[in-house]
Amino acid sequence: MPSFPGVGYEEEIRKIQESLEALREREPSDAAWKTVQLARHKDRPQALDYIKHTFPDFLELHGDRLRGDDPAIVGGMATMDGGTVMVIGHQKGHDLRERQQRNFGMPRPEGYRKVQRLARLAERFSMPVVTLVDTPGAFPGVDAEEGGQAGAIATSLRVFAELTVPTIAVVIGEGGSGGALALALCDRVFMLENAIYSVITPEGCAAILWRDSAEASQAADALCLTAIDLIRLGIVDSVIPEPRKGAHKSHRATAKVVARQIEAALRELQSIHPLQRVAERRQKYLQMGSFTTV
Amino acid sequence: MTKYVTVHITPKEPSEAPPSAPASGEVCKACGKDLPRATLVAALHVCPHCDHHHPVTGPERVAQLVDEGSWESIGDQLRPADPLEFFDTRSYVERLAEAQSETGMSEAFLGGLCRISGRPVALGVMDFRFLGGSMGSVVGERFVRLVAAAAGASVPLVVVVSSGGARMQEGILSLMQMAKTVVALDSLTAVRMPFVSVLTHPTTGGVLASFATLADVVVAEPGALLCFAGPRVIEQTTREKLPEGFGRSEANFANGQLDLVIHRRDLKERLDRVLSLLEGGVRCSVEPARQDQEVVPRGGNPLTQAFARVKKFALVPWRRLRGRDTEDPREP
Repeated sequence: MPSFPGVGYEEEIRKIQESLEALREREPSDAAWKTVQLARHKDRPQALDYIKHTFPDFLELHGDRLRGDDPAIVGGMATMDGGTVMVIGHQKGHDLRERQQRNFGMPRPEGYRKVQRLARLAERFSMPVVTLVDTPGAFPGVDAEEGGQAGAIATSLRVFAELTVPTIAVVIGEGGSGGALALALCDRVFMLENAIYSVITPEGCAAILWRDSAEASQAADALCLTAIDLIRLGIVDSVIPEPRKGAHKSHRATAKVVARQIEAALRELQSIHPLQRVAERRQKYLQMGSFTTV
Repeated sequence: MTKYVTVHITPKEPSEAPPSAPASGEVCKACGKDLPRATLVAALHVCPHCDHHHPVTGPERVAQLVDEGSWESIGDQLRPADPLEFFDTRSYVERLAEAQSETGMSEAFLGGLCRISGRPVALGVMDFRFLGGSMGSVVGERFVRLVAAAAGASVPLVVVVSSGGARMQEGILSLMQMAKTVVALDSLTAVRMPFVSVLTHPTTGGVLASFATLADVVVAEPGALLCFAGPRVIEQTTREKLPEGFGRSEANFANGQLDLVIHRRDLKERLDRVLSLLEGGVRCSVEPARQDQEVVPRGGNPLTQAFARVKKFALVPWRRLRGRDTEDPREP
């Protein structure tokens, strides 16, 4: 480093070194990893479980009108609080057979196009849209790529950005990257206490940055993917508490709390003028990010 | 009065390197033939032997496309922060500092108002060298400001994309940039200004799944890898053998995901054509009809109009004579 008279870098260097040391010494906690495991618990309530407990008159609608019907996405109409709402969610499946049939909740482009179709249908008949987010991510497969996976997700984002009806997303389990966000660009985003929401799976992140997917628990800690982290970062509006030891202990009790939260948010959102709501949603997403200015 | 200057030309020293290795020591990565740096730069980083499109840095891309002296940068003052205090084997701050010193850029996205072949355009360029062109908060914010500038100045938006996707080190905030960039595009739609994206090698993940594919016209350079999930992830997840040329521009084009695949040497001229045709449509636009305004359809082509006249003056009275068509509403 060149030294100029009167210019001292020592102080700066010492500060940077100190913060580096502090970072290196930070003990990685496995609390985040435990949450990841709870969020992926096979008995955890999934979209259809919430629907069963909350929307007894749910009528499932099928197909994207282009190519197929993706079982990883379920959607349909139901009554809530005296009005019709459109409920859309990822469905992972509980046992191996259902999981395989549902492709582990990883949607293909057909799934995202079904989402768009149902969202537009909701818009046409002024139904609020409620989404239940629970996916490891969009399906990484040759057929999905050839069918335009990226474009399907992008279009979903655009459709949700333009909806004038109230939109509410609840991250009920795993909010996996773009595959989750495609259903979660909403006026209000809630998250269950033990749900996670992340830009990449901890395993994927560990494989890239640590070059070892066994470091997933460290990656989970670093990624800040728990509900509390997301509240702190201003991404999520509120955290919905779960029964002791997790949502899988009582589907009914969890569904009840979730339903109450959705109802309250619906009432609040319906009192706002549609154009005002769209403007506020737009503003919310335009403000997301963290940077400095020189 | 004419002035003369004597120019001393020093003869080029013969290269001492053996003929197997070219003077610059550089070969084309695709075909293995000699490719001196000067030749490569002159050919816009396209191999003259095999047409392989080599990567272009952000500043070089700007120099290739933009009319000299017309660049006015947008969002240049934004710098990345470290909201998660992210630390893997190294800290994010350290990785950022390294990327900045290696590339000479402050972030992976360069935006500015400029002219391309005389046409005012808002141009964004991504640089893959900077942490894989990943989209963090600054990339998102610079994109948003560029869109706002384009809408404000009523000029079209062109973005040359090259990105591995979201920036893991900014966690969920980087995922939210997908939402942010998509939401921002609304303002361009409102002023009816076109958005053209140029996908270059490689464009994957969250960038492809947000603003890049939402352009009005999506073009790509030949041979670029364009996919949501990378080939390695797909192979590991599905244990499928990937087909030849999987995810490349040509495959995407065949699957209907792209409008055009354009050779780099033609890019500037073809962009100009695309923009001029898109803007031609805007030029003849009219005010949209008001809700309460009654819009009466006019006759179609001359043939249909002629037929309608014949129908009115010949067919209708004839029918009336025959006693049919009694329910003609025009009858009093």
